[in-house]
This record gives sequence, structure tokens and C-alpha cells, in this order.
Amino acid sequence: MGTDLFEIEKIIKKYRKEKGALIPLLQNIQSVFGYIPRESVELISKELSIYPVEIYEILTFYAQFHLTPRGKHTIKVCQGTACHVMGGKELLDFIENKLKIKEGETTKDNLFSLERVACLGCCGMAPVIVIDDNFYGRCKIQEIAQLLQKYREVK
Amino acid sequence: MQNTILICMGTSGISAGAENVAKNFEIELKNRNLREKYKIVRTGDRGLFRDVLVDIITPELGRITYEYIKPEHVPQIVEEHLIKNKPVAKLQAGDDYKQFFAKQQRIVLSNCGEIDPENIEDYIKHDGYKALSKALGMAPDEIIQEIELSGLRGRGGAGFSTGLKWRYCRSPKSDIKYVVCNADEGDPGAFMDRSVLEGDPHAVIEGMAIAGHAIGAQEGFIYCRAEYPLAIKRLEIAISQSKTKGFLGNNILGSKFSFDIKIKQGAGAFVCGEETALLASIEGHAGRPKPRPPFPAQKGLWDKPTLINNVETLANIRHIIMKGSKWFASIGTEKSKGTKVFALAGKVKNTGLAEVPMGTTIRELIFGPGGGMSKRGAKLKAVQIGGPSGGCLPDSLADTPIDYESITKTGAIMGSGGMIVMDESTCMVDIAKFFLNFTVEESCGKCVPCRIGLKRMLEIIEKIAKGEGKKEHMDFLYEASNTIKNTSLCGLGQTAPNPVLTTLKYFHDEYEAHILEKRCPAHVCVDLIKFEVDKEKCIKCGQCYKACPVDAINWEKGEYAAIDKDKCIKCKACIEVCPVGGIE
Repeated sequence: MGTDLFEIEKIIKKYRKEKGALIPLLQNIQSVFGYIPRESVELISKELSIYPVEIYEILTFYAQFHLTPRGKHTIKVCQGTACHVMGGKELLDFIENKLKIKEGETTKDNLFSLERVACLGCCGMAPVIVIDDNFYGRCKIQEIAQLLQKYREVK
Repeated sequence: MQNTILICMGTSGISAGAENVAKNFEIELKNRNLREKYKIVRTGDRGLFRDVLVDIITPELGRITYEYIKPEHVPQIVEEHLIKNKPVAKLQAGDDYKQFFAKQQRIVLSNCGEIDPENIEDYIKHDGYKALSKALGMAPDEIIQEIELSGLRGRGGAGFSTGLKWRYCRSPKSDIKYVVCNADEGDPGAFMDRSVLEGDPHAVIEGMAIAGHAIGAQEGFIYCRAEYPLAIKRLEIAISQSKTKGFLGNNILGSKFSFDIKIKQGAGAFVCGEETALLASIEGHAGRPKPRPPFPAQKGLWDKPTLINNVETLANIRHIIMKGSKWFASIGTEKSKGTKVFALAGKVKNTGLAEVPMGTTIRELIFGPGGGMSKRGAKLKAVQIGGPSGGCLPDSLADTPIDYESITKTGAIMGSGGMIVMDESTCMVDIAKFFLNFTVEESCGKCVPCRIGLKRMLEIIEKIAKGEGKKEHMDFLYEASNTIKNTSLCGLGQTAPNPVLTTLKYFHDEYEAHILEKRCPAHVCVDLIKFEVDKEKCIKCGQCYKACPVDAINWEKGEYAAIDKDKCIKCKACIEVCPVGGIE
């Protein structure tokens, strides 16, 4: 599937005159495509006269950016202190085991991407996982299988 | 008094289903032709995690709070409370709720859970922007003197005098200066800044504008974590509303002062909470710290003088301007003035944000607003304070008053105010490992002590947690910690060994149990657990069988449970539920 270069150009245009715009520009591209397509790096490099290596420095320094397409649903497992104390690590291990992927990876059927996040700031509801934009607080390991099934069935 | 229904809708309220509760109120009131009579206000979170909190204010019954409200409760509340004037007793907030708020002194959080953060009129009604208007009538030096006299110190961690920082930014002559709000609340376990931004965004904007007038800046940036989408959305709304009303923009309130604010989103890097790294990130670079001096006050954003204050610090400003430095300085201790918001979490009964005067002891906080330990009979083992830069303090230090100096003396730091309560089921070696994992992951890699030293420390701690530790490992941890503290470039590295140092100091015996006896007393380190059922303790209840998510436990009524090690994934679900500690 080809990437919509026209769309990327439109986004670059928006940020052309702004100071320090590289990060917001990349964030905007990711919000449209779900990840940073290789072609967009080449295009930004050409349009804004920045070396690709400088763009990749940003992309690999910040945890937020993805260089490969994401699954249909993104699961974020909070690994903050409160979540850790309340069993967040066990939740992450269990989901890795269940989906047979490691954090940062996507399932073969492209259904789920799994991420760990440092802290979502919802420590009062620990342990927390977020699937797409939905927060699940006080999560129990026993409920995970059913929860994943629910998302499998979403068309 | 207008009839009002307040619904707490910060991130936590919304994730608990508050939007559906609010919609049900709207529908229910409309169906009964009462919609005009009541004002429904969607507020930010009030601080206590009680799923959905709803307050109803009527002249007949005053103010009544309901907790754990679900959409299906709404018709009953409307019918009984609003129509028959009889509160629904069984849904009312209980003693825990009252205890949580009783000992607090809410200054920064005063509007959180009380006003609609998306409606500037509501903020104005609560004395909003009065301080800005007053400050515009004051000379910049007069403002700075007020802030200095108040004794306010930075709430982001280091505790530097805010007034002094403002003075340093005021002095350089420059056409362009910046005010930056550090809203990159990265400390795991701290969420007060998110709640303030979601519940009272205008307070931060007002604080920034006053700071801008005081130091002579025309532009401000709010650097907010991308993990806080709701905070960003509400800030965007708030900024655009204040522009419309003339509190931001050119010639604010008819004065000569012009000031504008932009939002910059973080991209997931803890180190960007460090001020020089944060500035690099705003400029569009990788967020790596720079050596200081020059300080940002002299050479900051795009080499211009830049004032950086954290969210909670800025939210205090308007109160100091309105009520005066004397009032503020009367709260707290000799050197730490005002209040501090703490994020209580972990094994404590009431989790949430509690704002108390400086000088309150850790124990008073946990057993006052916190309501004590969450599990009945559990003992307070340790309190983690200050995030990855802080430390774990044992029960014997729980009477330490919370002020910058006293906390630093223990080896922890005040930090941003995260407070994680731990009981006997938390392993201190595991906590040290957890924080090292975090700092290794988040180290920017610029300086060697932090990049390599922390990694070596983590490897040693991992060995200890696996039962491969040696006695000399503890000496290594001490030595490496001190080297990293003394030689790292920025605050992240200089404080990263604190969790290890404090656990070594206060929980030495736990390290020894791991190293000498190959035993994890808290049953946390999986490599030191056998995952076998102790038949002498097993009461054949079958709880573990029900809890196991992978069907690795064989059990029948009246029989001992047995764990199938081939199927077991060591998730510890069985250990968690076993009522007699019968799994070794």
C-alpha cells in the first residue's frame, strides 16, 4: 500500500514557518498515519532542508514515535510506581504471554500493538491499562482474556 | 443559591463512566421537565478516587455528595433527592470521604472539582483573573518582592525560591523573554499537575501571565506530556477563551502588557522534565540536558532569558497576589511555606490528591486523608516519596515532617509529591530494581556515569533478585551510587541512585535475605519463589484454582491444590489470593 505523499506535503506546509516545529510536525504525521512512514522522513528532509539522520535522532529518542505500522488496537500497560506495586508488571507479563508478543510489538494478525508507558497519572486506579482511548482501572489478571476478546470482536 | 449538579469529570471520573452519568441526568431532567431548573456542571476531578462523584446543591438540602455513582442510579437520585427532597442515603459519600477532605487545606486544588474548567465564566465567578488585574496595577519589582516574601519554592522537585528565580529572569536586558510552564509531569506516581490542568487550567494561565508581566516576557509555552490528552484539550479551550476575553493577547485589560501562550506537547521522554532538556525539546531537538551555567534565566529558550516554573508553583501565584505574601508565609514551616499537594497511591485506603500544609508528617498524611492501609491488618512498611529521584522511607521515619529540608535529610527528596504507600507484600529490592529499570530506560545517554553506571547497577540488582547475589555486590552498589551522584550532568542522574541508597540504608536485611538466604521475604521476586503448595498450610479452599488465569492449578473440593509447573507462567495470581500464605 502506497503512502499518501500529498497528505504528508500538506502537513509539512502547515509547519513550515513555525520555530522548533519538527516534533509537532512528526506528531501530526503520526496522528494521521498511526506511525511515521519512511517516505515522510525523506520528504521532510527535502522540504525543510534537515538531514534524515537528524529526523531519525528525534524519532528514536522519543518513546512516542513508531517506525512501523500499528495494530488495529493499541494496548498500553502502565508501569508507574503505583501500578508496579499493585501488580502492573504481572499484567504486562500476562498480556505478553497471552498475545505472544513483547512490548513494542504488534500481533501477526495486526490486531493488537502492545506498549508499556511510564506513568499515565491515574495512580489512584492502579493497576491501569488503556486500550485505544478507554481506561481500565483496578485491572485484574483474570479479566484480561475477556477484555481482549471484546476488542477482537469489534468490527 | 442556584440548583446545581456537579459531576467530577477528570481523566479518572471519565474512565469510570462519568459522561454517561451526566447524560443520564440530562435525559432524566428533560423527561420530567426540570432541565431548566438545574445547572449541570462538568468539573475536573476533586482528588479522591471514588469512580464517579456527584454533588447536588439545592437550597432545601444544601450540598450533598454521592460517590460510586453509576448511570442506573440517576433516576432514583432525581426522583428522591430532587423531587421529594429526600437524599438517597445509601449512595451518599461515607466517612472515608469526609476524612479525606477534613484535614486538607486546599489552595491549589480549591477549584478542582468545583468549577467547569471549560467555561471561563465559572472561573471568573470564583475570583478568576482578579489577581492578574491587580498585578497589572503593580510594578514588576513589587510583584517579585511579594513572591519572594511569600517564601514560595518550586513545587517541581528541587525547591528553589520562586521569587528569586523571577528576579534572576527580570534582571537581564532583552527584548524577548519567555515564560515556560513545565507540565511534563514524568515522575511515576505523581498526578497533581494533570488534575490541576484538567480541573483549573485558567489558574495556570493566570499565573503565567502574572509572571510574564513581572519579568518582562511577551510569550509563554506550556510544555505538557502527550500522555495527558484531556489536560491539553482543556488548556487549548482555556487559552482561546482567555484570548477572547482579553486576558491574553495584546494590551491585556487595557494595559501596555501583551502576552500570549502556546502549548507544546511532549513526546514521551522523562528527561524532558529537566529544564534544559525541556527547552531543547521545545526548540525541536532531542531532549538532552546541557551543563549549567548558563542558567535558563540568562540563556534559555532560543538563547533568550527564560523563566521555567512548574504547574503547581504557577497555580499558587494568583492566591499570593490576592491574599498577600504574609498570608501565604503564615502557612507551613519556617523554611517551607504554603501547602503541598501529594499524590497518595499504592496500599493506602483513600487514593488521590491531598493538599496539606507543609510540616504535616508523613504519618498524618497517610492515616489522616489517606485513611490508613488498604488491607485490614496490613502494616505500613515503607513510603516511596519523590519518584525515581526520591527514596523509600521506613515506618520508623514516618513521623518526619514534610518540608524540603527534613525530607532531604532522610535521603529522599520532596520531588513533585508522589507518595506510594507500601505494606509487607512489597519487596524493597524489587522497588530498587523497578526504579533503576526506569532510569536506565529514560537516561538520555549524554553523560557516562548515568548511561553506563546505572546500567551496571541494574545488572547487579537483577542478579540479587534472581538469587545470584554476592555479599560484595552491596559494596559495589554503594560505590557506584556515590560516583553517579557526584559526577552526572543533570538532576536525573544525580538523584537516580537515591532509591537504591535508601533501600540499602533502611532495608539492609532484605538485601541480605536475597543474597545470603536466597529468599524474598515479600514473595515478589519470582526467581526466588518455588511455586509449590505447602501442604502444611493449605486449607484446600480452592481460591488459587479459581484465580489462576492459565488453568495451571489442579484442585478438587476437599483436596490439596497442586501447581502444574509446565503450565505455570509465574504471574503470582495464586499467591495474591491465598488466604494463608500457603504457596512457597
